[in-house]
Amino acid sequence: MSVKEIKRKALCLLLISLASNANAADQEDNDYDNGGKLLLTGGVTQLEGAAGGGLTPWAVIGGYGTDDEIGANAFYTRVNTGAYHLDDAGVMIGIYNRVELSFAQQRFNTEQVGGLLGLGDGFAFQQNVIGVKVRVAGDLVVNSDSWMPQISVGVQHKKNNQPAVLAFVGAKDDSGTDYYVTATKLFLADGLLINGTLRFTKANQIGILGFGGDKNDSYKPQLEISAAYLLNQKWAVGAEYRMKPDNLGIAREDNWFDAFVAYAPNKHVSFTVAYADLGNIVIKDNQRGVYASVQVGF
Amino acid sequence: MNNAFKYLSLVSFLLLASQAPYLQAQEAAAQQDEIPQEDEIPADEVESNEATQAPSSSDMSTTVPAYPELLPVFRQFGEEAGLVKLMDVFMDKLLADSRMRPFFENADQARVKKHLVEQFCVILGGPCKYSGRDMKSSHTALGIDRANFNALVEDLQWAMNKQGIPFRAQNKLLAKLAPMHREIETK
Repeated sequence: MSVKEIKRKALCLLLISLASNANAADQEDNDYDNGGKLLLTGGVTQLEGAAGGGLTPWAVIGGYGTDDEIGANAFYTRVNTGAYHLDDAGVMIGIYNRVELSFAQQRFNTEQVGGLLGLGDGFAFQQNVIGVKVRVAGDLVVNSDSWMPQISVGVQHKKNNQPAVLAFVGAKDDSGTDYYVTATKLFLADGLLINGTLRFTKANQIGILGFGGDKNDSYKPQLEISAAYLLNQKWAVGAEYRMKPDNLGIAREDNWFDAFVAYAPNKHVSFTVAYADLGNIVIKDNQRGVYASVQVGF
Repeated sequence: MNNAFKYLSLVSFLLLASQAPYLQAQEAAAQQDEIPQEDEIPADEVESNEATQAPSSSDMSTTVPAYPELLPVFRQFGEEAGLVKLMDVFMDKLLADSRMRPFFENADQARVKKHLVEQFCVILGGPCKYSGRDMKSSHTALGIDRANFNALVEDLQWAMNKQGIPFRAQNKLLAKLAPMHREIETK
């Protein structure tokens, strides 16, 4: 497809320009006016557009702005799982290290599976997510002498563009809202970051397959945990686990897992590569593959 | 089976990523040659804010907590001599940094460096005595906010990297310094 090719070429160009830009900034190492937060302490961008790990939101407010600064960034994420792929892009603004507003658009492509299900090869679900996160207590970095984490609460409102198909698979709704509370603690002396997020959601496969279902149509708390280890100022490795509800009788839904490497050469750009295990998705088991994400900050 | 696979993948990622510090070290080594070795800054060129108020000797030693368990970290910093070199690099960086220069250009830099050496030395369990003022009274007049505080941390990280101080050791020190934001920030 020509549109696909164009997109791919555009992405290549973007990556190349970012990489060269990153090198230039790296050599200078004197990037003084791009926000007061320390490198990587704004996290990266998770699937639904919030600052966090790759799969789960963290209590951090995105961007490098501190109390009197505004930071913004944009991200693109691609996940290839074998039978499917996901393109995910969005923007986020962090205001005064207090409020984070985000928008993300996910395009989940069913590739050959779409054909097998009678939807047509390459059938795609598209979902828009609007997110708000507010930091309610704590500070990630500076309270290294106490156990107090940074705590935030957030909302993610999601709208899927395939109501007819969603109704057919048994989903009760094509839109839904997730509510979460998240706590992040950086053990600075050990370079270890731990996050726990409790999400109340009805979403099937984060909303790609709609909200609620024949098996269950009520909010269920789901735990999401992340651990990241800072190798130095620019590199971090970690793993995440995200529990998910199982609302649809038509197909089992599994919890998600990933292991990631994140690299932030400077405050303008970060790259995350992960191995993700997304379990069963509709008729395909063991959906595992590569998660790659790039984030640019302004 | 499934779990085993997950953990295996995690381990392989960690192995992969463990190469990162070597890259970093090479980078740092490459940059090492580029640092301009500036002359020592004249000690008593400018009177600092600090000098205008004489420190009262009674509350001195009580203001810096010591952590004897960090003595191994003190050695990783190259003990007192290492801290002296670190502060030279650190002060040069602060003066080169447009965000930090206003706070230090008119200060008695030699005196600031001396007090920082003493302070870090005491914190890391070293055999020093801190002769400066407490954190609160020495910073109230400066109007420091979180962005300023973090900028200073960045410059300190830069200087510690330049001195080849291991990342783990850096963080052990930073974890003791970071809570001082409560005394230092006034905005």
